[in-house]
Amino acid sequence: MKRSKYDLAVGLFVAFGLMSLVFLALKVGNLAGYDSGEGYRIEARFDNIGGLKVRAAVKSAGVVVGRVEAIVLDPETYEAKTILRLDPRYRFSKDTIASILTSGLLGEQYVNLEVGGDSVYLGNGDRVVKTQPAMILEKLIGQFLFNKAAENTGSK
Amino acid sequence: MTSNANPALVRLEAVHFAYDERPILRGLDLTIAKGEVVAVMGGSGSGKTTLLGLIGGRLLPQSGAVMVDGKNVPTLKRSELYRLREKLGMLFQLGALFTDLSVFDNIAFPYREQTNLPEPMIRDLVLMKLEAVGLRGAADLMPAQLSGGMARRVALARAVALDPMLMLYDEPFTGLDPISTGIVARLIRRLNDAFGLTSLVVTHDLDSSLKIADRVVVISEGTVYRDMTPEEVRQTDDAFVRQFADGLPDGPVPFHYPAPPFIDQLVGRHEQAS
Amino acid sequence: MNRLLEPLADLGHVVLSALARLGLVGRFFIGILTVLWFPVRRFSLLVREVYFSGFRSLLIVTVSGLFVGMVLAVQGYEVLQRFGSAESLGVLVALSLVRELGPVVTALLFAGRAGSATTAEIGLMQATDQIAAMDMMAINPMARIIAPRFLAAVISVPILACLFISAGIFGSYLVGVQLIGIDEGAFWSQMQASVDFRLDVINGLIKAVVFGVAIGLISVFEGYYAPPTAEGVSSATTRTVVVSSLTVLMLDFGLTVWMFRGLS
Repeated sequence: MKRSKYDLAVGLFVAFGLMSLVFLALKVGNLAGYDSGEGYRIEARFDNIGGLKVRAAVKSAGVVVGRVEAIVLDPETYEAKTILRLDPRYRFSKDTIASILTSGLLGEQYVNLEVGGDSVYLGNGDRVVKTQPAMILEKLIGQFLFNKAAENTGSK
Repeated sequence: MTSNANPALVRLEAVHFAYDERPILRGLDLTIAKGEVVAVMGGSGSGKTTLLGLIGGRLLPQSGAVMVDGKNVPTLKRSELYRLREKLGMLFQLGALFTDLSVFDNIAFPYREQTNLPEPMIRDLVLMKLEAVGLRGAADLMPAQLSGGMARRVALARAVALDPMLMLYDEPFTGLDPISTGIVARLIRRLNDAFGLTSLVVTHDLDSSLKIADRVVVISEGTVYRDMTPEEVRQTDDAFVRQFADGLPDGPVPFHYPAPPFIDQLVGRHEQAS
Repeated sequence: MNRLLEPLADLGHVVLSALARLGLVGRFFIGILTVLWFPVRRFSLLVREVYFSGFRSLLIVTVSGLFVGMVLAVQGYEVLQRFGSAESLGVLVALSLVRELGPVVTALLFAGRAGSATTAEIGLMQATDQIAAMDMMAINPMARIIAPRFLAAVISVPILACLFISAGIFGSYLVGVQLIGIDEGAFWSQMQASVDFRLDVINGLIKAVVFGVAIGLISVFEGYYAPPTAEGVSSATTRTVVVSSLTVLMLDFGLTVWMFRGLS
């Protein structure tokens, strides 16, 4: 029976496939840095989250330290309440400032954590007190025009 | 036509079969006793191949019973039908060998698929079957390398591989030269007697049928027209059977396909042209 | 009055027969599923079919992937460098290949090469009574002939898709980094940052599996029900390629919308 000829070829075929899959997973995709759902959760409330989406990055000093796990609207205060899941290796002080920045000029939005000086650290379930909302382009333009108009009337 | 000493292996009772509204068999009755070689003949489209399909369970009749070895074939579930088919052997019109397997592997196929026999034993069995049909030397050839007659014999060896109780032959002599025809005919009879089979041969070839059959059944208009022994066929006065036996171009089976009178068509055409 | 109704009756007939055929496909599919255990148990049958469908398609898939990747790099660079984003070429190429081009083009190539071959093989077996002979030997042709070929397609297409994508990325690397001169570090790092394993790679693979099921089913179905004539088998073969290709593209649209709806 010619079984061995087919077995070898198909074995090679499957092996190539698996190797390319591993290549895709590690070299092309981000499986190596993939977080497995562990870590501690903190809460942050924003006046406006702009274009922030679930699974967006949480960064500090440009390094990815976690992911946005959930975004809901608080029905009483009408603030945007976000749950951030952070890598347990990194601890942030209780006076950390959370802001929403944009990567690049027109890129995706992420949560930026700027650590403060407090000796007490945020634990699982704690809330970030100081937050800065996302910059909304329309508001910026409106503000710019308003300022410009005020300048002109002021200088007259 | 069966004696009490020879029980009926196959019995069709009042079988009606229609294909797409066109009736093929109308209340056909037929009995085949164990050990017999029965030749089934009839005009094209008379239902001879349908008969094989019904017995093998590949076709379902509109009504009537198709009893094989005491079981009513149309009522069998798939698993029961398969168990019955293990005891049937069928030779298809052009052999139907598996083209990607050698002659040896073709005959070994039923053994390998249906039994747990060890390879050395299968090898011996295959060689025995090949020897019976005279092709032991061709064991390593591929079907594409075989002549029509050889392919037919290999298919025959494959069909009898599991020692069936009933052999069905669908036009086994089609396209064979006279020598191969004689070989196949003799094999059908010899295998039948040597292995204690029962054989149903659907064929056009009257000469071969007369040589090997115990009975010749002629089908016409969807029922059994005549059921005779070969000797009776040779001496009959019946016009229909006579036309078959002597190969006459015209008779009860007309030469002309039904059409309006010729002169009318010719004259009509003349009138149109002018 | 009759003249007006005729085209309507024809249309009705076409729709009804299409529906009937679809129902036949459905029943056939369920028939395959019930005997799918057979090629797993008789593994050598499956291996043989994966060899003929998958392994034999390696060359066309990897070479096509390589060239598609290279073209992507050329065209992508041309557009990106207008916005000063040439360094994002890796992202462009990887996402295009992983999400769309990899699964879809691989499936189309597979349908043309392996799908048509399967249809022709099975159609020819039907025309020469080989399938009927097997059936009469009490060996289920669905289990022995059809199921292994179907399963082989489901297994082969995702593997081939991975190879297509890898070849494509390699091709774009050759053109983008080696030929055009884009920064190698930026090429890979931006790609890694943007291609999400779960969202992109896994979804691309899921697409490939679905396409494999579709092509596998269509190719064996057309072969099994091909009219037993030379003309019948040949038209069944072309029908496999056409129907498979259209089905793959339609499924791709549906899957893309369903998978990537959260991104916009």
